[in-house]
Amino acid sequence: MKIHEYQAKTILAQYGVPVPKGKVAFTVEEAETAAKELGGFVVVKAQIHAGGRGKGGGVKVAKTLEDAGQHIRAILGMQLVTHQTGPAGQKVQRLLVEEALPIEKEYYLGITLDRATGKNVFMASSEGGMEIEVVAAKTPEKILKETMEPGMGLSAYQARKLAFGIGIPAAAVNGAAKAMMQLAKAYEECDASLAEINPFILTKDGRTLALDAKINLDDNAMFRHKEFIDLRDLAEEDPLEVEASKFSLNYIKLDGNIACMVNGAGLAMATMDIIKYAGGEPANFLDVGGGANEEQIKNAFRILLSDEAVKAVLINIFGGILRCDILAAGVVNATRELHVAVPIVVRMEGTNVQEGKRILQDSGLNFTVAEDMRDAAEKVVAVVSGK
Amino acid sequence: MSVLVNKHTRLLVQGYTGSQGTFHAQKSIEYGTNVVGGVTPGKGGQKHLDRPVFDTVAQGVKETGANASVIFVPPPFAADGILEAVDAGIEVIVCITEGIPVRDMIPVKRVIDERAASGKKVRLIGPNCPGIITPEECRIGIMPGHIHKKGNVGVVSRSGTLTYEAVGQLSALGIGQSTCIGIGGDPIIGTTHLDAIQLFNEDPDTHVIVMIGEIGGNAEETAAAYIKEHVKKPVVGFIAGQTAPPGRRMGHAGAIISGGSGKASDKMAAMREAGIHVCDTPAVIGSSVAKLLK
Repeated sequence: MKIHEYQAKTILAQYGVPVPKGKVAFTVEEAETAAKELGGFVVVKAQIHAGGRGKGGGVKVAKTLEDAGQHIRAILGMQLVTHQTGPAGQKVQRLLVEEALPIEKEYYLGITLDRATGKNVFMASSEGGMEIEVVAAKTPEKILKETMEPGMGLSAYQARKLAFGIGIPAAAVNGAAKAMMQLAKAYEECDASLAEINPFILTKDGRTLALDAKINLDDNAMFRHKEFIDLRDLAEEDPLEVEASKFSLNYIKLDGNIACMVNGAGLAMATMDIIKYAGGEPANFLDVGGGANEEQIKNAFRILLSDEAVKAVLINIFGGILRCDILAAGVVNATRELHVAVPIVVRMEGTNVQEGKRILQDSGLNFTVAEDMRDAAEKVVAVVSGK
Repeated sequence: MSVLVNKHTRLLVQGYTGSQGTFHAQKSIEYGTNVVGGVTPGKGGQKHLDRPVFDTVAQGVKETGANASVIFVPPPFAADGILEAVDAGIEVIVCITEGIPVRDMIPVKRVIDERAASGKKVRLIGPNCPGIITPEECRIGIMPGHIHKKGNVGVVSRSGTLTYEAVGQLSALGIGQSTCIGIGGDPIIGTTHLDAIQLFNEDPDTHVIVMIGEIGGNAEETAAAYIKEHVKKPVVGFIAGQTAPPGRRMGHAGAIISGGSGKASDKMAAMREAGIHVCDTPAVIGSSVAKLLK
């Protein structure tokens, strides 16, 4: 789960990682009050989940209260376009108003899992404020890494090694090292899957603070973090994806016009791939799971079809535990009940497949039954392109 | 022959009396797997599916001589279930459970790695996987047994139904499998592509290897590098997620392109470079193997 910068900073502050003074605001009035309280010399930051907010015009420094008011009015409610939002952008509905700090130098701190070793890795770099992927590609030697041993967090010596290594002045190393250790603690205790502070700054008066903060949380650990449930911002998610999540359906909206319904994540990805290979564009990723019942299939259908771009549906099921006859009955009922108008191509294989095919054929509905995956993809692409 | 499991495998089911445990234990028994009993804390002493139930894995091992276990325990308790099996000396531990927090798996991996390094026989398959099957001998997990056929192709995959798809194609062409291993879709898994490839490479009855990967991480690249150096047997590969958008988790917790790494195109390039026969679509996995067997 992604959370906003201000939410991440609240968590960090609770762990004793220094962050600038600031306040979240949902209205212009709240934002202006916050700016006044902070003395007018403030930074106004759009709170959306996507990165690249500064370049998109979503982060502005104000010298005076008047400036701040202008920035607040310009940013709140704007459609912020960044390299991560797509061309439509994301509407800014929350602002973070923070004290502006005199920056001496910017660094990068980050933690993520190293899958190869199965351990978390703490990364630090002198190249703060830049995209870390760019640093990793161009000057990988400028990213220092320390492996966090399971159950031990980041040790003090590791934190000092990193702090000295990225060139933090000796007088500020203790504070920076403590911030790093607390960041590691927050990461572990909150079940984060990613934490990034970019930039981590040294101020002209020698303090170190997290000027920005990004934390992703492990969805699988939410059962033990009831305190984080309210941090979810549904406005940042696609409405169809939100709807799908209510029925435990794994749905991701894409830009094409061929909807697909598949059981299993790997097969669902492979189905998208083969649609593209056949010359079409998938409208979504959808994994109905191994134990889908009729109700779930109906909900899946409803969600797929509420995407107005969809011109045809490809159903690809390898029946193992999910029997083909049950799936077929579910598809027939859903098609009738929802008055599905777009063409449906069905490819089924596995348990009770003959019975399943018979149910589809006897339904009197307009299904195209395909022999295998390639046949299914070619048929559905042909239908969409009017061939 | 086969790898890891066969007709001599003695299987315990953890979470035996739950609905999933019961359903799949029954299927495994019907398939001919030697299920020697199960574990459900608090139900020790009872009988379930005509087999004994134990309170702890250690008890079950002592009473039955079990050397493999399969875990159908809910996510909050699954990592503990793996540790219990490790502690009881189980050699092949298959964890089906989907949704285990990464933080719970970090110490599990450490414990298993340390045990293995000290010379103890222990191997985890999964979590978040369909399991492992040696056709006509031993089914551990949730895969449909009837699509498999005994033979000489070793299959390793991160995905469940995509593995069934590949196996279905092979069996339909009359091509059997030595062992099929579903290694799971999580960021931290016990047995990796590399581990499975090494096992198949050493198995005299595996003649061709099918390696199915997906976006996220770089386990396929690591396996490809090994194949290039050490594997003489032909390998057929496929990577799912060529059209997946970056930054989105595609169903599996581990299937995500992040920070420019884990892309399908990079994996496919590394695999081609290693001499692996990479399939452009999953529809040709079976026919690609057939060509190599000719």
